[in-house]
Amino acid sequence: MSEPVTGSRVLRVPALTRVEGEAALHLRIHDGTVTEARLDIYEPPRFFEAFLRGRAHTEPPDLTSRICGICPVAYQLSACRAVENACGAVVDGQLAALRRLLYCGEWIESQTLHIHLLHAPDFLGHDDMISMSRSHLAHVERGLRLKQSGNAIVELLGGRAIHPVNVRLGGFHRTPTRAELRPLAERLRTALDDAWDTVRWVAGFDFPDAECTADLLALAETGTYAIESGVPTVLPYGDEPPRSFPLRDFRDHVTEEQVPHSTALHSRLDGRRHLTGSLARYAVNGHLLSPLALAAAREAGLGDPPLRSAAPGAGRGEVCRNPYRSILVRAVEVLYAVEEALRIIAEYERPAHPHVEVPARAGAGHGATEAPRGLLYHHYALDGQGRITDACIVPPTAQNQGAIEEDLRRLVQGGLDRGEDSEAELTRLCERAVRNHDPCISCSAHFLDLKIERPFRQPWRVRC
Amino acid sequence: MSTPTTPQPPHRPRLGVFKFASCDGCQLTLLNCEDELIGIAGELEIAHFLEASSDIAPGPYDLALVEGSVSTPEHLERVRRIRADSRHLVTIGACATAGGVQALRNYADVEEYLATVYARPDYIETLATSTPISAHVPVDFELRGCPIDRGQLIEVITAFLAGRKPGIPNHAVCFACKRRGNVCVTVAHGTPCLGPVTHAGCGALCPTYGRGCYGCFGPAGTTNLPALLPILRRDGMGDDDIGRFLHTFNVTAFTAVAGQEPGTTEGEDPV
Ligand code: SF4
Ligand code: SF4
Repeated sequence: MSEPVTGSRVLRVPALTRVEGEAALHLRIHDGTVTEARLDIYEPPRFFEAFLRGRAHTEPPDLTSRICGICPVAYQLSACRAVENACGAVVDGQLAALRRLLYCGEWIESQTLHIHLLHAPDFLGHDDMISMSRSHLAHVERGLRLKQSGNAIVELLGGRAIHPVNVRLGGFHRTPTRAELRPLAERLRTALDDAWDTVRWVAGFDFPDAECTADLLALAETGTYAIESGVPTVLPYGDEPPRSFPLRDFRDHVTEEQVPHSTALHSRLDGRRHLTGSLARYAVNGHLLSPLALAAAREAGLGDPPLRSAAPGAGRGEVCRNPYRSILVRAVEVLYAVEEALRIIAEYERPAHPHVEVPARAGAGHGATEAPRGLLYHHYALDGQGRITDACIVPPTAQNQGAIEEDLRRLVQGGLDRGEDSEAELTRLCERAVRNHDPCISCSAHFLDLKIERPFRQPWRVRC
Repeated sequence: MSTPTTPQPPHRPRLGVFKFASCDGCQLTLLNCEDELIGIAGELEIAHFLEASSDIAPGPYDLALVEGSVSTPEHLERVRRIRADSRHLVTIGACATAGGVQALRNYADVEEYLATVYARPDYIETLATSTPISAHVPVDFELRGCPIDRGQLIEVITAFLAGRKPGIPNHAVCFACKRRGNVCVTVAHGTPCLGPVTHAGCGALCPTYGRGCYGCFGPAGTTNLPALLPILRRDGMGDDDIGRFLHTFNVTAFTAVAGQEPGTTEGEDPV
């Protein structure tokens, strides 16, 4: 039995590294109550918004992809949409379909990476994929194969899986022929089976009870599960009906503030905590998944997603708010992305031109897409020569930080209430709470020694 | 129940993967070696790889792969510690090898940058520069690229295991273009391309996709940058455009080769 829970103490996990970079955890506990839960992001600032100024309007896709090697396509396409919006260009038809195909590749690759390499070891009691492979080799191999098929899409369309070179304003430098896509389709048919098996595998995991009480924010698109475009839509916690707002008003609703402990800015949605990502997407758009993906979701126990127009709790559909179950939604999204990729390839006709022209003009534009980890917003202002005069990028992790901290607080409190008081138990709870949200792959992957100081002696700000 | 047991050599070399200021793309390249990953894990003991494992072991490390540039006061100290703990230290990518895209700050006013991004810049600890690992400690090998190439990474690891020098050619992207049978985008279409001065490694990706190389692997071993400038001008680039073209992902490396600073911040001391 651990010692009685009295007095103040501080729990620290000094190096979670990276949430879009690097992070640590800091919890303050007073007489058995969590009084403060912080995800300290100390990723060194890299100043993208500053040095984008003065660059040409053609540069944001390649430049901003270097913000994150884990979801470069999301950065490239949010940047393209924002600049195209500023310049009044519209990309549609087969070019838009190819963009969605590219994005499906990133979803498959990135979500599969999270499921197999980062999140599943938590449920199976392993440190990593390598040690997990000793007892679950077939699952690990299937995960690697599935991930590879996502990478194969990005490599074919983009040239390489990390920081693809073939994306440009208005479309692509070069579009593939139908024949070039054919081998991809063969591979994706195997991936469809792998994705189904993954859903079944993760559905068998043991999910602790938990509820995330943040408002859910995702893009919504007419008639399709939103990936590369859409209108910001909120499903509030509680009984309020869903609401949407125009993308150009994004920064009036999602406001960023800086907090002392973090180099990532903290966002709030209309003054409240919010969550983006898989859980939000499934709650807002789940009814628009394909019949196959919906069947998988039901089989995985996610229930029927609500119709967007129906008020939550009106007896029509379920909203999954359990962050542990996000792994199920990810697995369903991978299945959907594989199916969607196959559909796009089957309907593909090579467009006459690889891109539409995006002539520079003075103006401001907004672009948002659904990165694997959630809504990613870009804004640029351009002068008459197309030089960037202002840039603003709101990544999903910054938006989710408040909801993750609340989750941490709640889960650790639950642990303390159950008498789980040892450093090891609390550390494990913290790690899982963070990994549930996949804030960024490396952030969710490693934890150094968590320190519990008894009694509390340190100043509030403890550097790791 | 039988677990597959591959007999393992008693002393597998210990691998450490470390990150400084970066996007994680170069270490992800290692995780993207799906076909080789389990094999690599059998040859090397993965002692420290935060992106992949919660199992973290202290040094010494036989091979350290270092991603990212030195950009905070804490980095200065950590890079020395990692060097002291590592028998072989290899930098992976443009950030670790040339300061990366974030080295654009070296030619600007960092106070102003901070004020652009943060309402309370005083909360942020940062250095005025973003520098390569080799500016601080000796480096055994530098692998280029933003991101690095998977094949080259495997070559570096294989060479390390075999105790030989990595066979990474020092020539320009143009060579790879010829080998691939590409039509030259500059000669055929007048597309500005940095291929003649950029280090090979990507297999001439951009020209294969019909665009000019934008230099993400940094300068090649021997470059004649002055000879390329009139061609870039002929193809429609102004001096400002050329400045930005060269000064993006490998800004410090191209600056060193060109012997000049980015046109946009003339007169600034790069520190
Ligand atoms: S070199 Fe490029 S890909 Fe590698 S870490 Fe730096 S920004 Fe990312
Ligand atoms: S061609 Fe140049 S810019 Fe393109 S991937 Fe290769 S080195 Fe990088």
